[in-house]
Amino acid sequence: MTAALIGLPLFGATVLLLGGRRTNAWGHLFAVAMSASAFFVGVATFVSMLGRSSEDRAVHQHLFDWIAVGSFHVPFDLQVDQLSIAFVLLITGVGTLIHIYSIGYMSHDENRRKFFAYLNLFVAAMLLLVLANNYFLLYVGWEGVGLASYLLISFWQHKPSAAVAGKKAFVVNRVGDVGLSLAVMLMFVTFGTVTFDGVAKEASKGDSTSLKLIGFALLLAACGKSAQFPLQSWLLDAMEGPTPVSALIHAATMVTAGVYLIVRAHAIFDLSETARTAVVVIGAITLLLGAFIGTAKDDIKKGLAGSTMSQIGYMILAAGLGPVGYVFAIFHLLTHGMFKAGLFLGAGSVMHGVNDDVNMRHYGALRTAMKITYVTFGLGFLAIIGIPPFAGFWSKDEIIHAAFGQNIFIGLATLIGAGVTAFYMTRMMAMTFFGEARWEKGVHPHESPLVMTAPMMILAVGSVFGGMALKFLGNIDSWLEPVVGHANPANDVSNTILIPVTLAVVLAGAGYAWVTYGQRPVPVVAPAEVSLLTRAARNDAYGDAINEAVFMRPGLHLTRALVWFDSKGIDGFIAGLAGFIAALSARGRKIQNGYTRSYALTMLGGAALIAFVLFLVRL
Amino acid sequence: MNPNNYLILAAILFTIGAFGVVIRRNAIIVFMSVEMMLNAANLAFASAAHTTGSLDGQVIAFFVMVVAAAEVVVGLAIIVTIFRTRRSASIDEANLLKY
Repeated sequence: MTAALIGLPLFGATVLLLGGRRTNAWGHLFAVAMSASAFFVGVATFVSMLGRSSEDRAVHQHLFDWIAVGSFHVPFDLQVDQLSIAFVLLITGVGTLIHIYSIGYMSHDENRRKFFAYLNLFVAAMLLLVLANNYFLLYVGWEGVGLASYLLISFWQHKPSAAVAGKKAFVVNRVGDVGLSLAVMLMFVTFGTVTFDGVAKEASKGDSTSLKLIGFALLLAACGKSAQFPLQSWLLDAMEGPTPVSALIHAATMVTAGVYLIVRAHAIFDLSETARTAVVVIGAITLLLGAFIGTAKDDIKKGLAGSTMSQIGYMILAAGLGPVGYVFAIFHLLTHGMFKAGLFLGAGSVMHGVNDDVNMRHYGALRTAMKITYVTFGLGFLAIIGIPPFAGFWSKDEIIHAAFGQNIFIGLATLIGAGVTAFYMTRMMAMTFFGEARWEKGVHPHESPLVMTAPMMILAVGSVFGGMALKFLGNIDSWLEPVVGHANPANDVSNTILIPVTLAVVLAGAGYAWVTYGQRPVPVVAPAEVSLLTRAARNDAYGDAINEAVFMRPGLHLTRALVWFDSKGIDGFIAGLAGFIAALSARGRKIQNGYTRSYALTMLGGAALIAFVLFLVRL
Repeated sequence: MNPNNYLILAAILFTIGAFGVVIRRNAIIVFMSVEMMLNAANLAFASAAHTTGSLDGQVIAFFVMVVAAAEVVVGLAIIVTIFRTRRSASIDEANLLKY
């Protein structure tokens, strides 16, 4: 049953990739069917879990022994527990909606079949990641996700920018992957096991240094996959991929993996205060950085990408708070999955209507031309900025509340983040759907077909009711508690004060953006004379420049020095030696002058010398 | 008779032969000089045999003669062939085999 979850999309990807052009006609439908059937299997698993008591809800499935060398055992085992099933439903549910949407979005692309094959592969890899019962198998899914993201981000590889973006995502992710492999190795050395249960059981026996190191390695891994500071730079470039890919990466797969990893490894973080603090700090930095970048982007997708960074920052921060935060990290992840997928699909729909233009300065007044997109995007907007009772409010408020319980500065960071989020999302809303039309010549915005708007509508429903459903109907706290543990935040700041304050900050941010971008005309060309801060935000807070200055340039110089040493030093020595011998022999060859008599003289001299030496020795 | 005299004669003959090989250009003369050196050696062997009273030196002298005979056959054949092709027996002109 559990294996079928992974098997179905994997089968879809295999058939479509091996079947080649023969499957062109029905490939997309097949992929959707595979993804949807995985969703139904997930729902069936979920329903059967509901019927059991909370202790034995987890299902284990032993497939085979993967590696057995001496004391090193890695089983190929799958496990579905309350945490995994939440991810399974998000991945397959949102993933299937994105599959359906892609039928319309990619209808004119000649490689549509390949696109769907990769989408299925992405879903399968992500499912393996969340269903593995040990860190080693998780690593396989982790790498599979990396591969699929590479293939999809550089899907339009004829564009150099897309090819480069795919490569960048892959390379930056690799840095994080080093962290995960280190973590797995450290776990084996410290605990002698790599299964989730084993590590959780043995964790208390580890010394604090090992725990700290494992925690840092896991955090590095999470930073890579979840685009956290300082490995965030790939995420904005990843927007080069087709929009459904962005939605999939940002909402259902890929970036959520880091949050999953940290929550899954909670046994380690529970015991290491230092590692938790590092996680919180990284989360706080990223949530502010992402929001900051989002404020100045004119590219609608890049704006949303900055927003994802920021929201994942919230989740990482919550995960770093320890038992008070794990549940809320997952809660926010689930609600975010719904509204962010909706926002991205909405952005794709807008682009579809305006000839694939991504510059918001060329939009404006689209609410009349694209009514469905306007409403669904608007609901996602209300959800992300956290207006009650929309989805984002419930989860984000919990995180802000828990953050204030931990530390006033962390709390303030989340609060400011909420305000900035409201600012840039309102700016996006205002520039896209309100104001006067600034459409390019020959652009006639039109609503997208039903196959695209239907998933958006379903996600909009999620954006509205998702938070309430999870909180009150699903009771997410007690649902996840057996897996990750949960503690109520010890709080000086009560929710009765915090909610109005948060709302006030959000409304202030939104209001400021509305006055700036909704009331005044928006210039079609981005103003060149801007403040330093704006310029920094436009350049992704100089993330690329810093990487270039800190890693790329010294690396380049290092390789150049090494190449110089290799060619001049080592090769020079060898070649010099050979040249010396050759020159010597060229001189020596002259002795062979062809005159017999000179040879005779040499022989005579030699013989005389030997005779003389013998004579001397005899004496 | 003092056997040293034979050895001195042998040394003189050898030296004449060696100078002949190094100085003369005509291949036949060089060849004759080589023979003279060989025979100087033979004389030294024979006198040594006489002095020690054993036959070893004489046997070696016979070996040298046999080898010298074989060498003469091959050497003269080469010289004649070179003379036929180049119309000259000068060994300085046959200097193609070099660096």
